[in-house]
Amino acid sequence: MMELEKLLLNRDKRAIARAITYAEDDEEKAREIIRKLYKRSGNAYIVGITGPPGVGKSTLTDRLVKNLVEEGKKIGIIAVDPTSPFTGGSILGDRIRMQDLTTHPNVYIRSMGTRGHLGGLSKGTYMAVRILDIAGMDYVFVETVGVGQSEVDIIKIADTVVMVLAPGLGDDIQAIKAGIMEIADVFVVNKSDREGADKTVLELNMMLDLDMPKEWRPPVVKAVAQEGKGIGEVLEKIHSHKEYLISSGQLEERRKNRIKMEITESVKNKLMKDVFAKMGNEEFDQKIQKVMAKEIDPYTVAEALYRQILERRE
Amino acid sequence: MERPIRVLVAKPGLDGHDRGAKVIARALRDAGMEVIYTGLRQTPEQIVEAAIQEDVDVVALSILSGAHNTLFPKITKLLKERGAEDILVIGGGVIPEEDIPFLKEHGIAEIFTPGTPTSAVIEYIKANVKRLAKK
Amino acid sequence: MYDEKKLEEIKMKREDWEKNHREKAIAKFPERKEEFKTSSEIEIKPIYTPEDVKGIDYLEKLGFPGEYPYTRGVQPTMYRGRFWTMRQYAGYGTAEESNKRFKYLLEQGQTGLSVAFDLPTQIGYDSDHPMAEGEVGKVGVAIDSLYDMEILFDGIPLDKVSTSMTINAPAAILLAMYIAVAEKQGVSPDKLNGTIQNDILKEYVARGTYIFPTGPSMRLITNIFEYCSKYVPKWNTISISGYHMREAGATAVQEVAFTLANAIAYVDAAIKAGLDVDEFAPRISFFFSAHNDLFEEVAKFRAARRMWAKIMKERFGAKDPRSMMMRFHTQTAGSTLTAQQPDNNIIRVTIQALAAVLGGTQSLHTNSRDEALALPTEDSVRIALRTQQIIAYESGVCDTPDPLAGSYYVEYLTDEIEKRAFEYIKKIDELGGAVKAIDLGYMQREIQESAYRYQMEIESGKRIIVGLNKFQMEEEPPKNLLKVDPQVEIVQREKIKKVKEMRDNARVEKALKALKKAAEGDDNLMPWILDAVREYATLGEITDVLRSVFGEYQQQIIF
Ligand SMILES: Nc1nc2c(ncn2[C@@H]2O[C@H](COP(=O)(O)OP(=O)(O)OP(=O)(O)O)[C@@H](O)[C@H]2O)c(=O)[nH]1
Ligand SMILES: [Mg+2]
Repeated sequence: MMELEKLLLNRDKRAIARAITYAEDDEEKAREIIRKLYKRSGNAYIVGITGPPGVGKSTLTDRLVKNLVEEGKKIGIIAVDPTSPFTGGSILGDRIRMQDLTTHPNVYIRSMGTRGHLGGLSKGTYMAVRILDIAGMDYVFVETVGVGQSEVDIIKIADTVVMVLAPGLGDDIQAIKAGIMEIADVFVVNKSDREGADKTVLELNMMLDLDMPKEWRPPVVKAVAQEGKGIGEVLEKIHSHKEYLISSGQLEERRKNRIKMEITESVKNKLMKDVFAKMGNEEFDQKIQKVMAKEIDPYTVAEALYRQILERRE
Repeated sequence: MERPIRVLVAKPGLDGHDRGAKVIARALRDAGMEVIYTGLRQTPEQIVEAAIQEDVDVVALSILSGAHNTLFPKITKLLKERGAEDILVIGGGVIPEEDIPFLKEHGIAEIFTPGTPTSAVIEYIKANVKRLAKK
Repeated sequence: MYDEKKLEEIKMKREDWEKNHREKAIAKFPERKEEFKTSSEIEIKPIYTPEDVKGIDYLEKLGFPGEYPYTRGVQPTMYRGRFWTMRQYAGYGTAEESNKRFKYLLEQGQTGLSVAFDLPTQIGYDSDHPMAEGEVGKVGVAIDSLYDMEILFDGIPLDKVSTSMTINAPAAILLAMYIAVAEKQGVSPDKLNGTIQNDILKEYVARGTYIFPTGPSMRLITNIFEYCSKYVPKWNTISISGYHMREAGATAVQEVAFTLANAIAYVDAAIKAGLDVDEFAPRISFFFSAHNDLFEEVAKFRAARRMWAKIMKERFGAKDPRSMMMRFHTQTAGSTLTAQQPDNNIIRVTIQALAAVLGGTQSLHTNSRDEALALPTEDSVRIALRTQQIIAYESGVCDTPDPLAGSYYVEYLTDEIEKRAFEYIKKIDELGGAVKAIDLGYMQREIQESAYRYQMEIESGKRIIVGLNKFQMEEEPPKNLLKVDPQVEIVQREKIKKVKEMRDNARVEKALKALKKAAEGDDNLMPWILDAVREYATLGEITDVLRSVFGEYQQQIIF
């Protein structure tokens, strides 16, 4: 154990990897590491990269990180892909776009499946970010796919949320508007080499201007990640957002929220685990059947379950 | 919840025939595993680095170019150097029977030749993965 | 073909047959399967009758051999005139070894050479590049510079042979080397005969030996079209290939559809570059696979010919009949061969070769029985060639063109494949053409789905492969498989060193700089590449210059 911690602090990739596995598998060891080394956390700046499937999130991340490592920065990347709800399996393919970074000494990349966790981020993501933070990364990038819940989730973890879009998503923008407007700090219209980029930028700007005036008006940046165009500007916006967060006191606010999230998430997870430990799937199904038959209502079932768990604890 | 087995499906060498690798990736996913897929033309260094960072239980290599005798042992050697010999390494593709003993000597646990059903690969992984016992 | 009254009668009789005979028979003995389907998921009816071909206007849809729409073949006499070219693909190791083999083949009376290149050459790496480790000379001959090409064709008069080169991403460079060797022999380019595969789109979709992104790759291809139409007029500038997509798992319908969609993209690009369609289209040829589903395969070839004629005439307004004729090479399907009981592969190859011949191919490569295991041995290659010869000389299928025409089933399938393939082409058009569709991963995903379905059918026992999931037996592992000498890599590295010492490096640098400048602009790159080749710039050096300007293709992977 001691050894792992030491290696972790040296940013040994195998140690980081193992620690994240513990976190992902919800093992006590992960909590132990964090407990011991928590004081060392808080230095990494966390950037969330999100947006619809295939818009170029991984390619953009690859380019942003390439720029940052040039400056000698140390970077952790977590790429989250959905787990199939039917089989529990997943194919995680984000690394394909980050090939050159794979062997870079100052970069660590980890792919994670959501593993049935609602809301895009896997249960272990929070802890994994902490671990990378503790390991001394200057930046941690978290990539999640999707429109909707996962974006809302990512804000709970990230200091700056970069929303990546691509031209020709006009209708989608309308559809996801409600979800994304609130959470994005920087918009990137990637694949600007394609037709309709200016139109998408215009639409976004219009929408943002219609929104309630805010202290931070999210900028919209055009990029062609594949060709490395616009990368500097995206980084600049991330930096100015960071400065804004610091000067306005928002950074502290966000981090407080994150801690709150981590605590409540952790409690929730533990409880859920207990629920299922207490009651097997079969029993659960029987209860559901009873509710279906109107013999009982869902809230009574929940209350009873909760009491049982509390009693067992005592 | 039981933890899913994590597998890196990698294509070392320069051949672009990834039909087998993709079929296997899907089959492993459908068997409930987490598959990290890294695409074509991976160097042994890249494969080993990815395996370590992803902390996988298994590395599944697919090659059809005939360079297996050079590339497979290089991968197991690098894994060993990184202290990761507990990762189960398996291979598949156009690999003549007579090369198999050599590859096994060099740390490839099993070679699946053309025609092997994906179910056999899945079973093999489930039976032989070394780190599954970890709780 | 039948009048209304007759058809009505046939229909009544058929319905009667179904009720009174077929259903009763099924009641006693159910059929082998719930449903019968071809590999492309075309449902197969219990019986085919004139009803199924009633909509086919003979003159419009079939016509005569050598006439539009070429359904029945591209030559008027077909194999009554001359058999197809029996072209076996060969080459591995060093240029020296391959040269010996070529000379042997020429002495045996072969007039066509077919060159396979090793993977580093196909991807634009010199033999001393780290990525080339373990791959040099493995699946073909290693070519690093003009020096190797001179050795490869040493003592072979290039005005007397036709050479087919399986080369794609760096096709312009290898063609330039070929032209440069000819120059040294005193043979002018207009005397050169041969083919380069030069089909980059299917590399993105299936075969994987791409280098540059789609845009610059298409430019290189149109550059070759243009250059050859002026200076190398007898050269076949592209062989648009469905083969590798089929090998990657595509169905027969997908093979035809995606090949033709790619062909449309090439023609579009050339026209956009200012070429006249009849100037380059006659030099376009095709390359298909032949699988086991005999009738579907024959129908596939017939449908492909008809579709291409129609596309060229109606979509592109071609006037020259040669622009509308689909000439194609066929290879039997490597992916259908099993490592188990390898001798069974001889029979598979026979059926597939028969399909190709019944489908009217212009040339044919038959796979060797041991290809699922390693490089074929000489014995196996000979049996593969004999298979073609037996079909040609003994089977009698060559004595009349398109002998399966008029079969209700084959005509129905031909129509059905055409219909379904055109639907795919329409979808690809809607996506913005083949290049866009590939960038979006569309074809890749369709093929992947088919490949997965095929594999699951085998595993569930729904599809039987003899010796693999039925009729298995214990067997000894095969012996005496052919191996490439690992020394090749060392020999090649030595040669590169020698070349780099002997050439005038200042001139090389100058030529590469000029090439770079040309690549940044929009000149035809062929003359610049030729200049660099003449100075003995290596394949890797030339490719690196182009990489620095064009960038590299990013693989599309969608699960
Ligand atoms: N034309 C164009 N294509 C791009 C650009 N950036 C990325 N791509 C391509 O878009 C495809 C998807 O890119 P990714 O980076 O994998 O996209 P992603 O959003 O991470 O995808 P998921 O993680 O699968 O949701 C790849 O083929 C990229 O090469 C760009 O700026 N222009
Ligand atoms: Mg991604």
